Order: sequence, then C-alpha cells, then structure tokens
Amino acid sequence: MINSIEKLKEILVCGGTGCQASESNRVFEVLKEEVKAENLDKQVKVIMTGCFGFCEKGPIVKVMPDNVFYVEVDEASARKIVKEHVLKGRIVEEKIYKDPKTLEKIPEQSSIPFYKKQIRIALRNCGKIDPENINEYIASDGYMALAKVLKEMAPEEVIDIVKRSGLRGRGGGGFPTGLKWEATRKSKGDVKYVICNADEGDPGAFMDRSILEGDPHSVLEGMAIAGYAIGAKQGYIYVRAEYPLAIHRLKIAISQARQRGFLGENILGTDFSFDVDLKIGAGAFICGEETALINSIEGGRGEPTVKPPYPAQVGLWKKPTNINNVETFANIPPIILNGPDWFSSIGTEKSKGTKVFALAGKVNNVGLVEVPMGITLREIIYDLGGGIKGGKKFKAVQTGGPSGGCIPYEYLDTPIDYDNLNALGSMMGSGGMIVMDENDCMVNIAKFYLEFSCDESCGRCTACRIGNKRMLEILNKITEGKGEMEDLETLRELAETIKDSSLCGLGQTSPNPVLSTMKFFYDEYVAHVKDKTCPAGVCTALLKYYIIPEKCVGCTACAKVCPVNVIHGEPRKVHVIDREGCIKCGECFRTCRFGAITRK
Amino acid sequence: MINITINDIKLQVPYGTTILDAAKMANIHIPTLCHLNLHDINMVNRTASCRVCLVEVEGRRNLAPACATECFEGMVVKTNTERAIRARRTMVELLLSDHPTDCLVCEKNGNCDLQRLAAELGIRKIRYEGEKSTYTKDSSSGALYRNPDKCIMCRRCETMCNEVQTCGIYSAVDRGFETVVAPAFNLPMIDTQCTFCGQCVSVCPTAALTEVSYVDKVWEALFDSEKYVIAQTAPAIRVALGEEFGLNPGDNVTGKMVAALRRLGFKKVFDTNFAADVTIVEEAKEFIDRLNGKGRLPILTSCCPSWVKFIEHQFPELLDIPSTCKSPHMMFGAIAKTYFAEKFNIDPEKIVVVSIMPCIAKKYEIQRKEFKHGNLQDVDYVITTREFARMIREAGLDFTKLPDEDFDNPLGESTGAAVIFGATGGVIEAALRTAYEWITGESLGNVEFNEVRGLKGFKEATVKIKDMDIKIGVANGLGNARKLLEDIRDGKRFYHAIEIMACPGGCINGGGQPYHHGNLDIVKARLEALYKLDKSKPLRKSHENPAVIQMYKEYIGEIGGEKAHKLLHTHYTKREKI
Repeated sequence: MINSIEKLKEILVCGGTGCQASESNRVFEVLKEEVKAENLDKQVKVIMTGCFGFCEKGPIVKVMPDNVFYVEVDEASARKIVKEHVLKGRIVEEKIYKDPKTLEKIPEQSSIPFYKKQIRIALRNCGKIDPENINEYIASDGYMALAKVLKEMAPEEVIDIVKRSGLRGRGGGGFPTGLKWEATRKSKGDVKYVICNADEGDPGAFMDRSILEGDPHSVLEGMAIAGYAIGAKQGYIYVRAEYPLAIHRLKIAISQARQRGFLGENILGTDFSFDVDLKIGAGAFICGEETALINSIEGGRGEPTVKPPYPAQVGLWKKPTNINNVETFANIPPIILNGPDWFSSIGTEKSKGTKVFALAGKVNNVGLVEVPMGITLREIIYDLGGGIKGGKKFKAVQTGGPSGGCIPYEYLDTPIDYDNLNALGSMMGSGGMIVMDENDCMVNIAKFYLEFSCDESCGRCTACRIGNKRMLEILNKITEGKGEMEDLETLRELAETIKDSSLCGLGQTSPNPVLSTMKFFYDEYVAHVKDKTCPAGVCTALLKYYIIPEKCVGCTACAKVCPVNVIHGEPRKVHVIDREGCIKCGECFRTCRFGAITRK
Repeated sequence: MINITINDIKLQVPYGTTILDAAKMANIHIPTLCHLNLHDINMVNRTASCRVCLVEVEGRRNLAPACATECFEGMVVKTNTERAIRARRTMVELLLSDHPTDCLVCEKNGNCDLQRLAAELGIRKIRYEGEKSTYTKDSSSGALYRNPDKCIMCRRCETMCNEVQTCGIYSAVDRGFETVVAPAFNLPMIDTQCTFCGQCVSVCPTAALTEVSYVDKVWEALFDSEKYVIAQTAPAIRVALGEEFGLNPGDNVTGKMVAALRRLGFKKVFDTNFAADVTIVEEAKEFIDRLNGKGRLPILTSCCPSWVKFIEHQFPELLDIPSTCKSPHMMFGAIAKTYFAEKFNIDPEKIVVVSIMPCIAKKYEIQRKEFKHGNLQDVDYVITTREFARMIREAGLDFTKLPDEDFDNPLGESTGAAVIFGATGGVIEAALRTAYEWITGESLGNVEFNEVRGLKGFKEATVKIKDMDIKIGVANGLGNARKLLEDIRDGKRFYHAIEIMACPGGCINGGGQPYHHGNLDIVKARLEALYKLDKSKPLRKSHENPAVIQMYKEYIGEIGGEKAHKLLHTHYTKREKI
C-alpha cells in the first residue's frame, strides 16, 4: 500500500491537445486547488506534461513516484485523487485502467497492454516532464548530447554517428538522415540553414504535434546538433498555425534555451552559434513538401519546385538547407548519448529505431504509440490497440495518410518498416494509422483520401491538378452506381500515370489509396459497378431499403418520419417502401425500433 | 562536358544542359507546352508544370520533365517509350478535359500551342470527362482580355510579369482544381497596377490572355457612310505584318500594308511616323530647354503608354521627369481632328481615327481622360498588328499579291528618324539627331548612334554636343527600367536623357505583334529591318520633314509654343500601387 506523503510527490496531468479537449486543463486546475486546500504545496507538485499517448482514455493523470496511472479523470475523481491517494495513500480504484479482456486492474503504466510493446525514444519525455520548464528537460539528460557534440566531436564525427545509427527521415520518404546531413555539409556555401518540418498534415496524425507539445527542447537540441554538423547558424521551425499549443510551448522553449545559452552566440562557451526562429504556416498540406515549405518561408506561394536541385544544394534563400521533420530531430539526442549501435540494434535491417504512429479509426485504444520498427501491424492493432471496436471484423489498415494505401487482413503479420510498406503499395508516411472494419467501404475510403489530395493539391502540375480531379469524378460515378467496367480500367491507368508524372511527392503518391484498394479490394469495386451495391452499406446512392415483413409491427413510425412519404401501410399492418421515390436518407432505418428495416 | 545517351544516340553536352536542349542537339524533338526560353531577354519559364515533356531516365523511379531536368554524366534517356508517350498523351488529354475546346471560334485558332500539341500528338479522343473550370472573364481595361477558362497554368505570364517586367500582377491563386493565375484579390485588371504592356499575351500559349478586340467596331465605322475613317500605322507594324501572311520576319511590307488599308475602306492612310517626327521636334525642344535650366533632368521619353503607367504607379515621385509630349499616335489623333480636319474641311466629329499598333497598352491609353475632349477623343480605336491581319484575311485580300502603294499626304510623310521609333533606342537616337543640330547649329555627319541600338536590356552612351558630354541611358523591359529609375531616384546614376520602352526590344516586340512563339530571332529580324528602312530614307532627321515644317507654319506655330502644348503635350497622374 502506498503511504508516503512525507516524500515529494508529483501529479502529472496530460496536457496534450487530446486530453485538453477532454478538459484536462480543468483537472489540472482542480488538482492544484485541492493540493493547496490541503496545504500540500510543499510536498506535492502538480505538473502539466505533454501527451501520454493513450488518448482513448484521457484525461490521463499519473502520480509519481507511486507510479499510478489514472485514466478518464474528471473533476470529481481529481479531487478524490488528492484526498484519497495523496493524503491517505489509497488508490482511487475506479480510475485505474481495466484490461477489457482479463478485467484486471492495472495501475502501472508500463504494464498496460497499450504501453507494453512500446519503446519510447522520440516520445521519451512526453508525459514525464513539464514541457514549459527547461530544468525538467535538463534533468532528463537534456542538452547533454549537444554538450557532448560541441565539446568532444568534429562535425564529421556527428554525421558519421547519425549515418551509422541508420536513422531515416520520419516525415514520409525515409531518406537516410546522415546522408542528408552529409550532402548539406558538403554543399558549397558560407551560409546554411536547418529547417524543422513541423507541417504535419495527414488526417488523424498528431505525432509531431505531441512531441512539440510534450518535449519541445528535444527538437531544439536535435536542430542545434544538426546545425553544428552541417555548418549552419540559423534554424527555422515551420509549424502550422493550427497547432497553437505547440507554438506556445516552442516559444517558451526557445526563449528558455536562449536564456540558458543552449541557443544563441557561442553556445556552451564554444565557437558554435546557432539560433532558431519559428515560421508559422497557414496549414496547407503541401507545405510539408520541402521545396514548398521553403517557398512558403520565403514568402512565396506554398508550392513545390522541381528537384534536383535538392534543398541540400539549393534551399532556403538559395542556400544549402537541411530539412528534417520533428520526430527525426527528437531522435538525435538519444542517438548521440547512447551511440549509433544502441539505436541500430532496434528495428529491422533497413529501418532502424522506432516509429511513432497515431493509431486511429475503428480500434479500441486510439492514441499515440512509439514502437520498434519491425513490429507487425497485428501487434499494433490487436495488442496495443486492443482490437477492433465493438468486436467487429477487421478489414484494412491505412498507413501513410493520403499518400499511403490500405493494407488488408492477409498482410497483418508484415513487419512494419519503410520498405515493406512501400512493397504493399502503401508507405510509412509520417505515421498515421487508421484502422477500418467491415462497415467501411473501401471505394469510399479511397474517395475520402483522394478528396483530401484534390483539396490540398497546389494546382501547379497537370497530373495532380486535373488528373486527381478526374479520378475523383470516376470514383464519384462508381459510388453513385453509374460506373461501368471500363471506368475501372481508366481509373487504374490514370492513377498509374499520375504516380509517374506528377511534379512532387504529393502528386506522385496521391493515387496510392486508389491503387491499393483496387489491388486488395477489387471485388468491392466490381460490386459497385456490376451489381450496383455497396457491400459495406456505406454508399448511399447504392443502398436499397426494405421492410422485413416478419419484423414489422405496423407502428407507422417509419411512415411518419419519411420525408418523401414513400412508406405506405395501415396501422398494425406490415408497411412497404415504394423504392421508386425513396431518397435513401435512412431516416426510417434509424427510427424503426423493431429492426424491421434493412438496407443492402 | 558530360556524356549522355538519348534514344541510343551518344552525345556530349555542356554541364548544366537540360534533357530538352540535349535532345535538340541530337535532332530529337520532345513536345513542350509550358516551357519557354527567351534567353535574349533573360526570361526562362521552367515551371515544369504541364508535364508534357516527360521522358524516361534510366534508374529514375518516375518520368522526368525534359525541360527542367539537367543531364548528368552517363545519363541514359529514352524520349519515345510507351510509358513516356502514354503519359504525355494523358497530360494533353487532361488539359483538354478542362478546356473549353471551342477552337473553331477561338481568338487563338491556328496560333494556339495547346491546339498545335493536340494535333502533334494525334489526340482524337479525350478519355476524361468532368467538370470544367469557369471563371469570370475580364475585359475591364479595354486593352487586355483575360479568359481564365483557357488557362493551362503554364505560368509563363507570371514569370514574364513578375521576373521580366517586375509588375507582379499575376500569381497562382486558390488550390487544386480551382487553381488559376489571377491578379491579387481577383481585382479587375483596370484596378491593378498592370501597365497593359501585353508581354503576358505575347507568351500565353492559349487564349487565356489576349487583347480586347476592336475589329468589329472598326468594321462598323468603315461601313458607316457618315464616318470618315482614317488609319495610322505605327513604325513596327510594317516589318512584322508580313509574318501573318507567310512572309519572312523583317520583310518590309509598307506598300502592301497601305494598299490593304485602302482596300479595307479607310478614307486616308496615314503614318504614325509623321507624328513621330513631330514628337521629336517637340521633345528635342523640351530637352534643350531643360538643358538650359528650364526643368529637371534627366528627360525621359514618353512614347510608351505602358511605361508611362508604370512610372505613375511605381515612381510617383519622379513624375516631373518624363517629357510632357504625348505619344506619337496620340499626337497624330489630335492633329487629325484639328489641323487635318480644318485643312480638308472635314467635320472632326465624323473623323474616326484608327491606330494600327504593335501594342496593347495603346488601347488603354486612348481611354485616358486627358485625351478626351467632350465627345471627341484623340484616337477612336486601336487595333493590333494581329487584328489588322485578321481584317485583311476577313476581307479576302491576297496580301502578298497586293501592289505597293504610298501613304496619303500630308500626314503620311516621314523621315528615317521616325521609323526607328519601333526599336529600343530609336527614339533617343532620333532625338539626338535633331538636338545635336539645333544645339550646335551644325549638320550632323553620321546620324547613326550604334551604342544605343540592339536588344540589350540596358544601354548607355555619351554623346559630345558642343562642349557638353551628354549622357544617354536606354532601358527596355520594365524590369530594366525599374532598376534604372531606382538609381535615378536614389541619385546613384545620372543621365541627361533616358529612353524607356516597356517591351523587351521595344515596339518590334510589342504585345500586339504577330506571335513569336518563343523565337526571338523574329524580333531581331524586325529590328534590323527598321534600321534598314531608316538608311533607305532620303531624309533621316525629324526636323527636316517638310510636312511637319509646313504644319507648324500653317497651323501650330512655334515648336513648344502654346498651341503645341495644347495639342501635343499631356500630364501625368500619381497612381496607387496594387
């Protein structure tokens, strides 16, 4: 039993955007009030941390050093945590995570299945430290790597370590980070830049946001090390305006780092000077593409330019520029401190280390996970994710966002790494992972992602601007039941040509959702086109509503709600839908209390 | 040098050569659409946006745009594989699927790069159907017509406007399928700082940017028996018009041009060159006055309405330095409706002055309120060289078989000094010829000032007149003009006289000229032809034009005098930057 009020306690409250959305701010305030009311200010510190990742069960509160992990904490239970746990040493049982399978209550974070298989490198400090307090970062070995690099290593040695670690870019393409640094270092030029790409924009993805919100210094430290390695004095973080909390915490972090001499002139008394500024993006997905990002920083329209030349040769203000994403930079300090061999011991042959995924969709445990490369999709979805919501059947998992593809059941045991995902017609992307169940229509899913790509296309090149639009129109035709078999051929050919012809990564990958669903779920396409049905019952235009006579009691409820009055029948007698005039709004289906209305 | 292989042909190319240029060296044609390289005026459009020039490069995952991909050592390129050809066709089909395809009634029918490409690739069917972009058309300026429905997003106009002309009117706006090139806030063109130089029109591959046409209005006037329709032709027309009828660039078709105008029904066919001579005597007088302390130096020529609008928007603090002379065709209009009308006893209300111009800005210029007097405006319609050619074709004239005819008198007479107005440096050269003689009282032996000739964007010369070293600056292209004016404003450079033409090369490359389709050798040929014409003239100094001398004697009186100022001079207005 816990009884240690004499010892210093810390109550960690998740301050990630997810938990804040479930009012963790209020929980934080209440905890502070209670602690004060109980005169525990001296012994108990209430700290708002970054994201714990277990968003499904937020707001999360953790009491240290007792190592008790509370889920779904509200105001009342927050008060109870102080009154019971802190004061009396009694765990608040009802807010302890309960394994839905074993029904066992698990108070310890690392024993919860969601966390069991995680290895937290990029997220090492998220949920552990107060991101607005540099001392907490320093206490967790923060800026040690920078000190080590500046005092003990030549820039080439730093690059060598990053190369040997096998770290690849975590933003999408997976280009070896060390090679990128080396190319930038070798490019001629007295002025060079480091850019952190924090323009995370995949639907459902919040990996980078969580790192920025939870551990902003790790990114600053990674950037400073990169600056030293490539010979840059200035860094920029390009972060989208939709991430106000991340921006707020970054601003604090930058100012604290400057005060402490980790940024600015002559860092740690050496000749190395490096500073970081924020550039706030307007939230265009395309600005995650590095040349578009550079154009945007320069004040131009956010649209990509032809590569080569690569930013490592001709980048920001035409100077050699190294661009990595947030998660990549966050990995750098531990690699420096623990060595490249430690890092490369994790993962698969060609993909080293861990990857953060934003697990979302029809999975029980929605949230942020950091797992070693090589873990299977099954492990993530079933062990960490706790399986499919409502016990439904798994259909596919989408990785890589709008640039990725849908992977079906038969590939669930594929070890996740860059190359395996590419081989399946998907990609790592920045780490979005959306799980789909039997109620998801794969044609509709493809349409959803393509709509996103159409909206976010910069409009520069023909292939993406018009090609994607035409693909979307064909998909619309199919989901409206107007498709013909030859449309499928046109769609496939167009998709392949767009992949081959587009100017930038967005265009080149935007057909992936269509191509992968056509590859793995072709039957569903055929069903839409030939049989004019949507097997998952999603595509409204293809649905037909029926009344099952055996179940209908003639309550007339359906007839009353039908907006177009096509349901006929006498009270207490079986009703019939006149499908001729039915607009497939689904009101009757939702209204019937007897399960007498079905749709196919 | 780099060794590469294209379609199994091995060749060596200099470092930095694009696949497209390398293919040309190997006599391999790769179709292009958005690409445009006008290296003579430092304009390269390398947006690689149309994706038509895609080729296969060994070892590369996707297809490469030949126009924007530089060769590397050992590169192996295939331009005509199934994959490349299919992609290329698909791109053109996609462009066509979002295009009005109203080619039969399109302004650019026969002159459209997209149309040519569709023919070249043998497109017979557009496999993709769907929504087409529709945008508001803009003819607010009365000069430049924007039809964004026909925009293929090549961005040539943007490159031209932003990088060469530095006016910054166009940029891509919106996203995805809705992306279109437009002015800021989608403003009507008349409310922007656009100078209507029309260089965007010159490089637009389709009919997204054209001129506002007045052909129908001119026909209407010509068929109206109440009207007395007279034509004036700018110097640069006569060396370009022939191109529209299969003649060589630079062929001098003055005689046939006059004959054609007569056959179209113009009562009198006059020459803007006459007014150019008038401009020179007025401007030379003004220059000498300023040299003598009456007014500020440098004096800037004011023949180019696009350039005038540019300085009004961009350098309002310098509005006292341009010459107050109207542009030649505006002087002509004023003279036609006064001196000519009185002399031939014609009601000026009935006179319709039509200017045949290489220019789009002149369409805007005639609408300026300074040039309107009650119901009368100095010039009634401006049509471009292209529109004029269209009228000739419409009338069924076999242009090349027309006889050579002479201009009418008295407003048809001109000197060699006037004809070079059409080329950059020409106006200042003409002014020097007159100013020199007036200041020194001596006859100028060699009238040719070679330092101010040629297509170079900026030229300068020092001319010794009496004991003075007169410093001359010549800029063509508004970007070059901007740099020069910034230096003048900041006191970094000094000149006595400056000539500025908005269009790179001057009027020979005006926005209303026959399309050069990226071949500036055409412009060079026009330029040479003008100087040849000058050389062939018995009189080569404006102040020696007998018809001009007679007009001053009979009607205007003193050069730079009160009546001259009323008829031939103007003033400038500060305009907003937007």
